[in-house]
Amino acid sequence: MLLRAKLECYNVCWATTDPDVAKQHGIAEVETLPDCNQNRPVRALLCAFVALWLILKRRPDIVLSTGAAPGFFCLLAGRLIGARTLWIDSVANGEDLSLCGKLSKRLAHECLTQWPDLADEPQVKYRGAVL
Amino acid sequence: MILVTVGMQLGFDRLITAMDTIAPSLGMEVIAQTGKGNYAPKNMTAHQSIAPAEFEELVQKSRLIVSHAGIGTVLTAQRFATPIVLFPRRFDHGEHRNDHQVATVRNLAGRSGLLVAMDEADLAPTIAKGLATKGQSAEPSATAQQLHAAIGNFIEGRAI
Repeated sequence: MLLRAKLECYNVCWATTDPDVAKQHGIAEVETLPDCNQNRPVRALLCAFVALWLILKRRPDIVLSTGAAPGFFCLLAGRLIGARTLWIDSVANGEDLSLCGKLSKRLAHECLTQWPDLADEPQVKYRGAVL
Repeated sequence: MILVTVGMQLGFDRLITAMDTIAPSLGMEVIAQTGKGNYAPKNMTAHQSIAPAEFEELVQKSRLIVSHAGIGTVLTAQRFATPIVLFPRRFDHGEHRNDHQVATVRNLAGRSGLLVAMDEADLAPTIAKGLATKGQSAEPSATAQQLHAAIGNFIEGRAI
């Protein structure tokens, strides 16, 4: 949501695991994904299918993810349809990239960390932070 | 009013206990979101959890936030330009699975409107300092502007 001002001039489809957050920010139209993580494989599989379905339905040119497994699945599905993909690892990960962040090093077109110490150019770049 | 928060996932009795001790000397209402802690505050209005919308409203009304070093709270405080005191969870006290909150405060220390108290003894003087500051700047930080520029470049197909 902190990036919203930057994205407002584009045709944006928001996808979230918590539609209440979107409502709270006055975004009426939002796609919802089930939340999941590596400890819940069945739910992760379900989430991956929903992400794929969502990407096939909306056909984005660009997939931008700000972290976590549901966003990562959207990014993967985006690659399948030829979208350009940007992973922005959460600012909460100050010690180490998240698991999905590490996978995104190879799988996303660009992978950003929000902590200078975690940059590993050219695969992982630091280009500022939401803070 | 001062708002104390420990996040929704874990209790943080060390912070809640310390704040309950300090609260009577602050001369204003203290509202605490205590999470799944065991300590029942006597000098603060306590809620185990606070719904996001209500929490934002409280952040907006607060003169100061005292919080575990959770990035979500830092971002909310920044959004409403409310000064914040961070008190990191510590691995050696069994308060988190590692010491990433200590690393976080080390990285964030020195930003405008953001203060750090490393232990209970440090808390009261840091709160006094926090109440004397003007709060965070509502302007996007230089690092936020840099990130926005990089995203714009990516979308437009330029080098980031």
